[in-house]
Amino acid sequence: MSAHPATTPVTSGSEAAPRPHWRLASETLLYLNGVTVSFDGFKALNSLSFYVLERELRAIIGPNGAGKTTMMDVVTGKTRPTAGEVSFNGDIDLTRLDEAAIANLGIGRKFQKPTVFDSHSVYDNLELALAGNRAVLRSLFFRLSGEQRDRIDEVLATIALAPQRATLAGALSHGQKQWLEIGMLLMQDPELLLVDEPAAGMTDAETAQTAELLKEINKRHTVVVVEHDMAFVRALDCHVTVLHEGRVLAEGSLDSVQSNHDVIEVYLGR
Amino acid sequence: MGAHPTAAAPPRPSSLLGGPAGVITVGILLAIAVLLPVLNLAVPPSSALHVPTWALALVGKYLCYALLALSIDLIWGYCGILSLGHGAFFALGGYAMGMHLMREIGPRGVYKNPELPDFMVFLNWQELPWYWHGFDSFAFACLMVVLVPGLLAFVFGWFAFRSRVTGVYLSIISQAMTFAFMLAFFRNDMGFGGNNGLTDFKDVLGFDLQADTTRAALLALSALAVAAAFVVCRFIVTSRLGKVLIAVRDAESRVRFLGYPVASYKLFVFTVSGVMAGIAGALYVPQVGIINPSEFAPANSIEIVIWVAVGGRGTLYGAILGAFAVNYAKSFLTGAIPELWLFALGALFIGVTLFLPKGICGSLPRLRGRRRPPPETTAVARGPLADVPGAQP
Repeated sequence: MSAHPATTPVTSGSEAAPRPHWRLASETLLYLNGVTVSFDGFKALNSLSFYVLERELRAIIGPNGAGKTTMMDVVTGKTRPTAGEVSFNGDIDLTRLDEAAIANLGIGRKFQKPTVFDSHSVYDNLELALAGNRAVLRSLFFRLSGEQRDRIDEVLATIALAPQRATLAGALSHGQKQWLEIGMLLMQDPELLLVDEPAAGMTDAETAQTAELLKEINKRHTVVVVEHDMAFVRALDCHVTVLHEGRVLAEGSLDSVQSNHDVIEVYLGR
Repeated sequence: MGAHPTAAAPPRPSSLLGGPAGVITVGILLAIAVLLPVLNLAVPPSSALHVPTWALALVGKYLCYALLALSIDLIWGYCGILSLGHGAFFALGGYAMGMHLMREIGPRGVYKNPELPDFMVFLNWQELPWYWHGFDSFAFACLMVVLVPGLLAFVFGWFAFRSRVTGVYLSIISQAMTFAFMLAFFRNDMGFGGNNGLTDFKDVLGFDLQADTTRAALLALSALAVAAAFVVCRFIVTSRLGKVLIAVRDAESRVRFLGYPVASYKLFVFTVSGVMAGIAGALYVPQVGIINPSEFAPANSIEIVIWVAVGGRGTLYGAILGAFAVNYAKSFLTGAIPELWLFALGALFIGVTLFLPKGICGSLPRLRGRRRPPPETTAVARGPLADVPGAQP
């Protein structure tokens, strides 16, 4: 069932995943250790620790308020952790950088609510996301090269929006906006993609297509997906981390976490 | 609307100007620059085609307002920065030019003092304050016209955008800024003429400010400045930088997560806008003959925003049109029924907000669009990866 590398220990219970430090530099892409975020005493993240390997596809699930979105905020620099360390690609400390710097390191983020630039065309949305120098004066005199135009066309085909290239993004359907935003992430060509509830509000057919799209993307990028929809997570067919009250409750294949007592308790019990 | 799928083609001049509307705008401005001076100077007053000098002064003033409106449209229409303090940049540019014009008066003042402007003699000042030195030179004054408002915009923007002050909070602190300047410039000790400001100018670069030829030249210069500013703004908003600005207006945090240093982009466009407003002020002062602290009044800054709202923000030519339309109405109403003007202005703002939220120019394409066939439906049957072999389940 799980295509996950066998090297990853499957842990359960509320303890953080222990990991020897000598392995960090080689294959771990994202590493969170003891990350705590408290808002006025409420701990949105409570000593959260987990790691993501290079080229991994990882689903993160958990009930409302488990800290999924806060975890993404911490990784992308929107929220500073109260305590703990977040490192990327071995030794880059993400807690010291702002959103733009983190994005330029190669971490892309898709928001829960599709966030595209409504008054730009689909094409311009992708062009803006194109990886490259973001300095002000460079942008003032920027011209697309033929290679870059080919890359945009390629992504337009991947996200099936080629016929809508001149359409204003604001006129797209909900599902198309989600795909456009994923397309923008592809243009950024990040090492790590953080995708927040991509299937929310989608039809079943769109959900299945989105799962395929993410698996396709995963061939070249590391992808972390936060999701509620179990059918979608099953379609992703990947390693799953269950968050609860700001920490890791269980980790493993979807089947193994679904049979985990703690997980059943949190989702069904009380 | 206006989306070019293959936008990478080298820009044609007409696309830089933004199509017919932009071409017409620049055409009219150039026509004003040439025709009005000719009709004033070369056509005898008896002719029906003669343009009286007072009309030159009026149009010249409107042109300065149009430049000011452009500076607001650049930041508000394209980047969502609603500054309610742009009057400060305008006034500072005006003061810089006014200081030079004061120095040009020389010994021809009421007190015949060759060293000091009249108001300083009146206040019993013995020597010129240090910050007045250099303004004897026209070139230095021109430099200050650009530098002072530009520097203020840069410093103000630096603190505001670094701290991510946006929306109504930015509007309020910009309003507070111009109010603080007004209070400061009202003080006699500031050395800018206090309540009365700077006035009684005689000439600029040796040309009599009351002469028709000087007025015509200033008018032509103002029209050219507006045309140049329009082209510069078009260049900015059609560049990738402009696309980033529009993206910031629509979804600021998304732009940040794409890796753009949003604060730097805002700072750039805000500084350009501040410089434009300063140049507008510098062109305004010799044409109206006075600059005083009331130019810093918060109400003035709000009025600029109304011009842009009426004309249609995010179009640039709309800002120019709005500045002309509202100020013409103001000139007419304050002459005909002075007590009604403020009510009319209020009603105009409410009316535009309710019925023409995109202003005059923003509403034109919509009215025209009714006659066009409906745009093709955007629904797609095919999902992503449809074109990628082997990717479908």
